[in-house]
Amino acid sequence: MNTAGEKVKLSVRGLAVSYSAASALRSLDLDIVAGEILSIIGPSNSGKTSFLRSLNRMNELHPHARTSGTILLDGVDIVREISAESLRKRIGMIFAMPVPLPLSIRDNITYGPRMAGVRDTRTLDALVEESLQAAYLWDEVKDRLDMSGQKISGGQQQRLCIARTLALKPDVILYDEPCSGLDPLSTAKVEESMLELRKSHTLVLVTNNTKQAARVGTRTAFFLMGEMVEIGPTEKIFTAPADKRTEDYIVGRFG
Amino acid sequence: MKREDKRQNIGFGALLAATLLVVIPVLAIVVLIVAKGWGALSWEFLFSMPRDGMRAGGIFPAIVGTIYLVFISLIFALPIGVMAAIYLSEYAKDNALTRVINLAIINLAGVSSVVFGLFGLSLFVVFLKFGVSIISGALTLGIMTLPVIITTTREALRSVPASYREVSFSLGASRWQTVRHAVLPRALSGILTGAILSVGRVAGETAPILFTVAAFYLPNLPTGLSDQAMALPYHLYVITTQIPGIPESFRYGTALVLIGFVLVMNIIATVIRSKAGKKR
Amino acid sequence: MKLPSRRLREFLIEKLIFLSGIASVVFVVLIFIFLLREGVSVLKTTSLGSFLGGHFWYPISTPAKLGILPLILGSLMVTAGAIAIAVPLGIAAAFYIAEVAPKRLRTVLKSCVEVLAAIPSVVLGFLGITVLVPFLKSVFNLPTGLTAFSGSIMLAFMALPTIITISEDAINAVPREYKEGALALGATHWQTLFRVVIHGALPGIIAAAMLGIGRVFGETMAVMMVTGNAAVIPQSLFEPVRTLTATIAAEMGEAAKGSAHYFALFAVGIVLFVISFAINLTADILLNRGKKK
Repeated sequence: MNTAGEKVKLSVRGLAVSYSAASALRSLDLDIVAGEILSIIGPSNSGKTSFLRSLNRMNELHPHARTSGTILLDGVDIVREISAESLRKRIGMIFAMPVPLPLSIRDNITYGPRMAGVRDTRTLDALVEESLQAAYLWDEVKDRLDMSGQKISGGQQQRLCIARTLALKPDVILYDEPCSGLDPLSTAKVEESMLELRKSHTLVLVTNNTKQAARVGTRTAFFLMGEMVEIGPTEKIFTAPADKRTEDYIVGRFG
Repeated sequence: MKREDKRQNIGFGALLAATLLVVIPVLAIVVLIVAKGWGALSWEFLFSMPRDGMRAGGIFPAIVGTIYLVFISLIFALPIGVMAAIYLSEYAKDNALTRVINLAIINLAGVSSVVFGLFGLSLFVVFLKFGVSIISGALTLGIMTLPVIITTTREALRSVPASYREVSFSLGASRWQTVRHAVLPRALSGILTGAILSVGRVAGETAPILFTVAAFYLPNLPTGLSDQAMALPYHLYVITTQIPGIPESFRYGTALVLIGFVLVMNIIATVIRSKAGKKR
Repeated sequence: MKLPSRRLREFLIEKLIFLSGIASVVFVVLIFIFLLREGVSVLKTTSLGSFLGGHFWYPISTPAKLGILPLILGSLMVTAGAIAIAVPLGIAAAFYIAEVAPKRLRTVLKSCVEVLAAIPSVVLGFLGITVLVPFLKSVFNLPTGLTAFSGSIMLAFMALPTIITISEDAINAVPREYKEGALALGATHWQTLFRVVIHGALPGIIAAAMLGIGRVFGETMAVMMVTGNAAVIPQSLFEPVRTLTATIAAEMGEAAKGSAHYFALFAVGIVLFVISFAINLTADILLNRGKKK
């Protein structure tokens, strides 16, 4: 619980990330509340992606990345108390470019559960339908689940990737600029699914598109040069930011 | 400007001449062997035992011996080579150990083939007491072919997009699961290419088998791994330099079978590679 | 119950992968150890100086004379001849294939080079004996065609694929801007190649030549079949010579195990191993430096 009495899903304390000599993120403290959509905005190299990738320990895959500080998921230390694999099942991630694996639509969705040891075909089939429904893709692909996941349109691919993440039944979903390559219609569908998912998940959205942050975020944080300048309710950030730099970024003076 | 153009024409002409000097003999070699060896090919030549001190009959035992050597060396070298490539491409960090491994691979590829023969003699034949046998020869050939398998497999693994690995990790897969399910299936054709190329290479090698397996002449086919065996390249060496009075067509016939096998393997590898290239 | 067994399986597989990863190192070390194990005994009968510098190789006389200088010089002579032919030819062909040839022709030429690389050495040796040797004998009016020169021609062909493919890679790796810059300044394509491209590709081309030398120096069968195998200090390219590799291949079959001759042949193997190690190391350093730029 935080001071406002909300349930804290992710608690970040003193998080710092660096690559070789370059520092990407300096000592960040932040609580992410259960059931919110936290939008993170900021120019490139502001540390927002490094932050996102620390939350599911994807940073560790970078050969020169060094991470320090603590992150608690429901009070559990994500580095010391659970394995990276089980963490990533609870914190799903959507990438900027949709990357369906070179498998069928069905196998793309069941990939995570199968790796976790789920074998039963009926369970897997149910998961496929449920996840595709939640990602607003079921009606478009239900008759061709055995088609390659790489042969559908870009917008459909991104929703397939969302469905694939949902099949893990995660608590938290991280979005890394999920609509940067999509047309407005597909973007609207992705955003619609985010608002729906918010009812049962905690969402963290990194975006270069400030309008998108304004449309979906319950709260918005502004990152600049490895530091969090400001965080607050989305409406406040966009109408009355406390910091001059936030205002400059939002009105488009840099970035 | 005119003079420069003239100079360019002369220069390019010289380059072309050099290239032709390389390429024409290659074509001549292939044409010569096919033309002179074709007549020797017959059912009897391919599938019967040699007679009259190898001046008549066929080369069947040499073909069988080479097939044995190729497959047993591959059974040994393919798993080790593929796993070594997986280690280098998917697991190894950029550190001193990795540099030492890469240096070792380069050296393994560069060591003289007759030195491999000595090594096989000393380690497998003498020290491990395998004797002059198929297993000694196949292991020697297997070690010699490791660099081919490792480098082609590593290239194949590296051509798999990094994003597949990221996605697999992000879905909670472990490193081995990622390699097994997201990376390896995409690299199969490249691995196959490497295996086939190494088969061609192994089939044609003579020096490594001289003291480890090769027999001048055997009246029977080998029955087990501890038997000696005849082999095509050694047979060609023997009938070319050691036995006078062998019909020339026999020599060309043997050379044709050997080169035919090696070239067919290379063509298959090229076809697989270009098919895989198109898919991407 | 399922998870621990999966963990265990992965643990074992990853251990196996690591062991395979270091297998190449193990094999290189093993090769060295097992050559040394047998070869070092040569020092019981001969000093290092008279082994490397001795003028006579009479391994089966009593007492055996085990001086490998004629063999070293034989190898050097054949290699030098081969390199003199193969390096200019190979670099020229690499330039033609990489820069001049139209696309279709390039594919054909490259497959020809691949075919050449694939031809087993014993087949080239066979053709050397049956075609090249009689031809050289009659053209140069020699007492025998089995000479260092025949060996050099054979070996040049065996080194060409290595030299051509690695040089070609080096030429292709030269940044396109260099070339375009030169062309934009009004240089002809030819001038661009020989003033700009060759500069950028030089480390790779030198490495290609070194690896070609390594290939030639270690080549066994073809050279044994066409050089006449006379273990005397060579006086000219047109006399029979005997190389280090051919000596091992030809004599190991007859050397009695445990004899001074047997040990000496392993010692020759050590010499070959050390030389190829040095050549490959140098080439690798050159190639890596070329890449870093």
